[in-house]
Amino acid sequence: MVRIFSFDYGAVLKQAFQMQFMLLFSRQGKLRLQKWYIAHPDKLKKKITRELITTILARKPKMCSFLEWRDLKIVYKRYASLYFCCAIEQDDNELLTLEIIHRYVELLDKYFGSVCELDIIFNFEKAYFILDELLLGGEVQETSKKNVLKAIAAQDLLQEDEAVEGALRDIGLL
Amino acid sequence: MNNGGMYPYYESDWSVLPPEANRRFNPAFNMATIKQVVNEAIERVRMPTPMRLRDLIRQIRAARTAAEERSVVNKECAYIRSTFREEDSVWRCRNIAKLLYIHMLGYPAHFGQLECLKLIASSRFTDKRIGYLGAMLLLDERQDVHLLITNCLKNDLNSTTQFVVGLALCTLGAIASPEMARDLAGEVERLMKSPNAYVRKKAALCAFRIVRRVPELMEMFLPATRSMLSEKNHGVLITGVTLITEMCVNSPDTLNHFKKIVPNLVRILKNLILAGYSPEHDVSGISDPFLQVKILKLLRVLGINDVDTSEAMNDILAQVATNTETSKNVGNTILYETVLSIMDIKSEGGLRVLAVNILGRFLLNNDKNIRYVALNTLLRTVHVDSAAVQRHRATVLECLKDPDVSIRRRAMELSFALINSQNIRTMTKELVNFLEKADPEFKAPCSSSIVLATERYAPTRRWRLDTLLKVLVAAGNYIRDDVISSTIQLISESPTHQGYVTLQLYRALKEDLQNRQPLIQVGVWCIGEYGDLLTSAQSDDDIQPPTEEEVVEVYQRVLWSPQNTVTTKQYALMSLVKLSTRFTNTVSKIQSMIATFRSSLHVELQQRGVEFSQLFGNYSHLRAGLLERMPPLDAGGTGRGSDANQLNGEVEEEGMLGGGSPEGDEEEAIGAISNTNALLDFLDLDVINPAARTPPANVPPPGLLTSSHSQPSMTNNTNNQDLLDLLGLGPLGPPTVPPTENNNGSQPPAMPAPLDNGNLDFLAGGEGVFAPPVMNNVILEKQLPQMTAYEKDGLRVIFGLEKPTAGSANPDTLTIHVTANNNTLSNMTDFLFQVAVPRTFQLQMMSPSGTTILPNGKVTQIIKVSNPSKNVLKMKVKLSYVIDGNPVNDQIEVNNFPVDIWD
Repeated sequence: MVRIFSFDYGAVLKQAFQMQFMLLFSRQGKLRLQKWYIAHPDKLKKKITRELITTILARKPKMCSFLEWRDLKIVYKRYASLYFCCAIEQDDNELLTLEIIHRYVELLDKYFGSVCELDIIFNFEKAYFILDELLLGGEVQETSKKNVLKAIAAQDLLQEDEAVEGALRDIGLL
Repeated sequence: MNNGGMYPYYESDWSVLPPEANRRFNPAFNMATIKQVVNEAIERVRMPTPMRLRDLIRQIRAARTAAEERSVVNKECAYIRSTFREEDSVWRCRNIAKLLYIHMLGYPAHFGQLECLKLIASSRFTDKRIGYLGAMLLLDERQDVHLLITNCLKNDLNSTTQFVVGLALCTLGAIASPEMARDLAGEVERLMKSPNAYVRKKAALCAFRIVRRVPELMEMFLPATRSMLSEKNHGVLITGVTLITEMCVNSPDTLNHFKKIVPNLVRILKNLILAGYSPEHDVSGISDPFLQVKILKLLRVLGINDVDTSEAMNDILAQVATNTETSKNVGNTILYETVLSIMDIKSEGGLRVLAVNILGRFLLNNDKNIRYVALNTLLRTVHVDSAAVQRHRATVLECLKDPDVSIRRRAMELSFALINSQNIRTMTKELVNFLEKADPEFKAPCSSSIVLATERYAPTRRWRLDTLLKVLVAAGNYIRDDVISSTIQLISESPTHQGYVTLQLYRALKEDLQNRQPLIQVGVWCIGEYGDLLTSAQSDDDIQPPTEEEVVEVYQRVLWSPQNTVTTKQYALMSLVKLSTRFTNTVSKIQSMIATFRSSLHVELQQRGVEFSQLFGNYSHLRAGLLERMPPLDAGGTGRGSDANQLNGEVEEEGMLGGGSPEGDEEEAIGAISNTNALLDFLDLDVINPAARTPPANVPPPGLLTSSHSQPSMTNNTNNQDLLDLLGLGPLGPPTVPPTENNNGSQPPAMPAPLDNGNLDFLAGGEGVFAPPVMNNVILEKQLPQMTAYEKDGLRVIFGLEKPTAGSANPDTLTIHVTANNNTLSNMTDFLFQVAVPRTFQLQMMSPSGTTILPNGKVTQIIKVSNPSKNVLKMKVKLSYVIDGNPVNDQIEVNNFPVDIWD
């Protein structure tokens, strides 16, 4: 397993993405969301996740938000009981990554209405959908909050319509 | 139909997503009502339905133990599997959603991969949305599945619903393999020209991903990319800039091609800064920082090494640098990116100063993140703009006191990078203060770095010695062995200061000694060597030099204190016996102190007690000769060239140039002797009993005659020359066989007859600092063709290739001299180097010179590879070591051996 890790790591460096992954986890160390922009075997993902959660939870609150971890730069920030953690390239702007995390939190907050950890647990797929309208392939695709929320709302509506339509068809009304 | 008592396993609900979740953003209240009616109707018609996602999550969260959770999950997984087998398409979406939650908890969920593809193929948007989410989470790069998903993606990329196209693009952007990239690049290129901005921006980032994975596909995207910069939509702009940046990084041609867009970029950036408040893109008073940063980054890529292009962006960079509001993180984000651009392009001198000053301001920022970024960036630029960074030295030193450990670490590194011959005194003073209060994890690297810095820049020998003493006091037990040995060495080669230093050390020994074993070790070594100078020392102040009795009292304390380690006591005992030849009126006291160790419970100490006592009895006539002062030691691992530096620097204070001859000459003259002397110590330690090789921590310093077995290792210390001849080493010509004087009797020490290079390596590489560069070995290394087999994380492994010679006994055996260098500041321990070769080869590995590599030290090993069938050599290398407590494992293949090895 260790071997796999070091091997894949070399490959990662050559084709490093702006953001390699984003993890959300709780103060208790429970993973709440994981978004990988880089192809890793599942085993490796788990190993990275486990190591990072342990490392970050061990840090004291007054420490800065950056962490050099293996060859990656880790940017993390805690919002209430949730940690938002991103891995970026050595050369990237870690302050901007903090802004991206903050933008994501704002979007979650707007969508759920003062978001809390439980919202993200029970509606984890929504949290993914929102992230996927903000970032694509690890890069920012939309800088307007309004546009992101509009896209999500429109897609939610599509689902609603289908639900009703399906139900009506099911009982023979359509 | 309840399953397991209180919990209703089957329950009805139509939507895969709980209606409660939707209420906040869906104002259509009556929708929920309709659904409820509908659901009830369905319930009557169809039973049973699978557990809802929400209920599964509740049930899992209610589990009190891991075992309980596992049982809930396993049961549900078994159920989900069964529905997959039955091709239940009605509940597939809900089951996959549950499976994704289970997957996040860390349970295997890959059996859902194909079901995700079925969802994607469904015509319902709900199915597609969950299906694509599942694909992004569950798919690895398995070829068969990818072929299927490529077809699905192709379909959806052609959908008329923008959100379906969006889902497909998003998925492609997240998991595109090279094959998928090739198959779908055409579709993506088409979508980049879509009239719909929502589709266009996603397509641009998909193209970004495709170019990343398959750079040769770049060409086809060029025309569509160019037009993206004329957009008003920020989403399209930022994705376009991102894509262009990626293309430029990948291809110099494209980079040149895009240089002409610099004016466009400058215009966009200018509009952003000058634009008034726009609510849609505002972040704390700054207009679209995300886009600004991306443009700055692209400018950096375009301006590197290009004076003209850089010239075109000087103004805007200055404008951004001066006009950006810095009260919030977001403003500093832009400034930071601006600084990076200014530093990387060929910018004007004034602009560079401005950039470094911004970093200087960052250092004073209240936000620790900003301070961290500043230190990091200064560390990167210090080698380019040293003078500009030097101006912020005081602030950097201030950061050594920062409460945040990451910042202190960076500040420490930057401080060491800032040291030069002008500021060495003040910098060292601050760093020694830092060392005193530093966390344990800093003490070792910090003290070693101070030692290195003083070695390079020390203004005078006396100052350097004083500094080393301070380090010994401040870093206590955290000091690495290299500091101990380099201190002893420096003292031994500074004859004019030995009295002074010994007095200082003596005074330090009278203070609190707890947790300062290295200090005691250096202290007693010096007192032992230079005890006569100590009692007659002239000190700067009026305090009288200590009397012999006072000195011996200190030994009493050191030797009987339970806090001192056995190694320290070994040093002290050796030193004490030496004192018996330096002192006159305390000899009998010393003798009795040593005699008490004849019954020490510790075998090493007892042995010394017994042996040294002999020197007061039957062999007392030998004592004076055996315990003579050590000749100056030769510099080992910690870098020579210190003298050159010193000669270039200020003239030494107070008669350093003793007798008008520069010290360098003096040193050279005694070089040969000291070389062999150090070697002798090694022979004493290692060769006689190679099996019992001691780890470096326990290796006593040169001059400590150890004999961990009954053999009399105290051969004639005054007669180095003979032994030297015996070994046939160095410049002294071919081996002769002189009579070995063996006063103590029984048998001569077992010496290996001819020392081949392997043994020399073994001796030379062994314990870093003490090991002198043995001449034969140096020549050998120079002559051999070398290749770097491995270089990562500060570990460098070099292969010196000794080709088989035609006439030799083994004409097809390649000898590889492996040298592993440690370029980090930490010890590498438990170093293990393993090699495998294909079956047609035969491999023979000699034992390595050690398992610990000190900073700047090395370990050597010899490998012999025979190749009777003359195949091309391939080698698998496995490396492992422990650094700062962390195990490192790595494996590489070495295939780049020269082809002509076996010609």
